[in-house]
Amino acid sequence: MHEFAVCQDMLTQIESIAAEEQAAAVDMVTVRIGPLSGIEPHLLQQAFPLAAAGTVAENAELIIEALPIRVKCQICDAETEAKANRLICGECGDYHTQLLSGDEMLLASLELVKEPQEAIHV
Amino acid sequence: MCDTCGCNITHANQHLVKPGGKLSRVEDGREAVTVLKNLLSENDHIAGHNREHFDRHGVLAINLMSSPGSGKTALLEASVKLLADKFRIAVIEGDLETENDADRIRAHGVPAIQISTGSACHLDAHMVHDALHELSLDDLDIVFIENVGNLVCPASFDLGQHHNITLLSSTEGDDKPAKYPVMFRAADLMLLTKADLLAVLDDFDPAKAETCLRNLANTAPVITLSSKTGEGLEDWVNWLEQEVSAQRDRIKTGETRRPAIQADGVELHAHG
Repeated sequence: MHEFAVCQDMLTQIESIAAEEQAAAVDMVTVRIGPLSGIEPHLLQQAFPLAAAGTVAENAELIIEALPIRVKCQICDAETEAKANRLICGECGDYHTQLLSGDEMLLASLELVKEPQEAIHV
Repeated sequence: MCDTCGCNITHANQHLVKPGGKLSRVEDGREAVTVLKNLLSENDHIAGHNREHFDRHGVLAINLMSSPGSGKTALLEASVKLLADKFRIAVIEGDLETENDADRIRAHGVPAIQISTGSACHLDAHMVHDALHELSLDDLDIVFIENVGNLVCPASFDLGQHHNITLLSSTEGDDKPAKYPVMFRAADLMLLTKADLLAVLDDFDPAKAETCLRNLANTAPVITLSSKTGEGLEDWVNWLEQEVSAQRDRIKTGETRRPAIQADGVELHAHG
């Protein structure tokens, strides 16, 4: 539901990086999303072209890397995979765990086109 | 040294130019840039600014989140009555339409700023920033931000608050924390509201709601209360008094507080 707003925020960041690097265009945008970020990857994928229209990333491909949920137990030290609504230790079952990964919503990298693209004459 | 054979790559800069590095060339005329910043950095920047505003004026900021109709406004009405002699309070109200909630708060003599989000399903830091310009923060101790009634989107947007409070009313299911883990994981305090109805709603088990919260590895306190009968409100007021006092201590030492989950995430992301 809020993926469009997330895209808009991300594009502000992309535009400022592209300007700083004096890029003519952005070719590829890679993001890392964990299930606990509250962002649905397929909704982000749908919202991206709409939010990117008219920006430096208008023709960019969006690559979404999905990250697993992993927790570290503060009681028994085990590192285990977990489900979004069951973040307890997979070994001893205690709920005093720390999330190692799974809540990421990261703009990981950009691929920039540095040379000005040739003008297309119609 | 040239760009052709790689003789310009040294120990000091090889991390930048190796594949995936900040300056790695992908192919002619293309360059890969590593960013590793939160997707919502723009929002987070304004949220940080809001938090500085609150801290500079010695204000405690609390974000209330829940599904629509769980009793956020009723809780605020009951709270401002109980706290009127102790703290100076203001409320920022987020709703898609109407000034109804702000009017309910103003009726108690408390300043309330209504943010009408239109079709937006959550408040963001920019909206709260604009609302803050309409409040005289020097004259306040607590600002409550009543988020849009929604158990999904508001959890992803930092507003600059110090605490997240998630309400769960007895008329909803006691398994809501399991169904909406992102929201309930973000809670620094969970309030089980409409406790006066528990007698007739025998399918809502407060202990089960708490178990679902613990399954999210959330150690936040849980208070069961009724804004209507006053049951449990004393615990809620005590929690607020403690947190106002903790905020005053933090300000003396130049510290601040972020909602527990977000602080953890930012730490991991910044160095991960």
